[in-house]
Amino acid sequence: MSATSVIPAFVRRHSFIELDARARAQSLMDPGSWRELVGPFDQIESPWLPMQGIAPQSDDGCVVLKGTIAGKPTVLIALEGKFQAGSMGEVSGAKMTAALDLATQDSQNGKKTAAVLLLETGGVRLQEANLGLAVIAEVMASILALREHAPVITVIAGTVGCFGGMSIAAGLSSYIVMTVEARLGLNGPEVIEQESGIEEFDSSDKALIWAINGGEQRVGMGVADELVLDDAEKIAASVQHYVKAGLPRLHRSKQVELYRERIAALDTSQQIDPLTLRESWNSKTNQGGAR
Amino acid sequence: MEQLKFDYPSAVRPVTKRAHVGVVGSGDMEVLMQPAETGAAQVSILTSVNGFGASWKAVMDRFFAKYDGAVRIDINDAGATPGSVMLRLEQAVEVIEK
Repeated sequence: MSATSVIPAFVRRHSFIELDARARAQSLMDPGSWRELVGPFDQIESPWLPMQGIAPQSDDGCVVLKGTIAGKPTVLIALEGKFQAGSMGEVSGAKMTAALDLATQDSQNGKKTAAVLLLETGGVRLQEANLGLAVIAEVMASILALREHAPVITVIAGTVGCFGGMSIAAGLSSYIVMTVEARLGLNGPEVIEQESGIEEFDSSDKALIWAINGGEQRVGMGVADELVLDDAEKIAASVQHYVKAGLPRLHRSKQVELYRERIAALDTSQQIDPLTLRESWNSKTNQGGAR
Repeated sequence: MEQLKFDYPSAVRPVTKRAHVGVVGSGDMEVLMQPAETGAAQVSILTSVNGFGASWKAVMDRFFAKYDGAVRIDINDAGATPGSVMLRLEQAVEVIEK
């Protein structure tokens, strides 16, 4: 019996989650097609972290690659979840915004350029305060500008997940790809527990958190598009699919009436369980995203 | 926050490549290793943990007892142990000498 038939697929697969941001980014681009912009040797670091006794990183936790995916011009922006929980600072935000705006410029000049965002982030970098808030607003504006021309694809692989203002940025993108390990939510579980008490949300209850914020639930509800395994090849195939698919018929964030009606129809007199929500929301009326 | 600088004037073998390894996460660090403009090895460390200058010097002395490349090393450190520091340096050398 050959080794490949004995070793099950889940052992042989190449984990995406185990890669750092740069390796994740490189694994999704067409081989040999890309170059890194404003890389670590440019040493554009956060000027604010050392003032507060925190070591900066030479790329500020943001990796920008320009090249092609499935043969189509693409810019890929990856956040490093292990550096300051992937938080958005002045430098990382400026890198993301500039990359998105250049893609928009190229698209307007006839070279349609898609964007892929690998979001592992808790949102604003609190140490950079208003600058962090401002860059997230700029990122959102830049996504809205680019998605008129070319798709913006967000991948949330884990294990940090995507929270805070950047969860809104994810919501504005054309497509969202998630793994089972990934989480997506506006407020992180610890924040909700801290503000509203453990009766409201027990941040140590992993089953509860994943039943609400987890990839399976988010895709099940129709607020994300595809659930993938933690497998670099499968995630690459999914990203290629959405780059080739182009723009959705209608962006999810434009379906305001649909979501207003759904929220109004919720019966909040009793606890809503995640499975019921999934069944009632993931109807075929959802025009954006999932094809 | 502490800035440390060391010079190793006897490490003068020219190198041509550069390497970036590691991440500034808790208990870890990043290394940028590239050809030194001065022609001899130089080390610059920015660490968030104060008071370990002697340990850093001991690790660097041991590293340059074996390695003779004229490299400029920049380290951003978030509390890596001496063992982790040495592993990151050796990882960077692997990239540079490949």
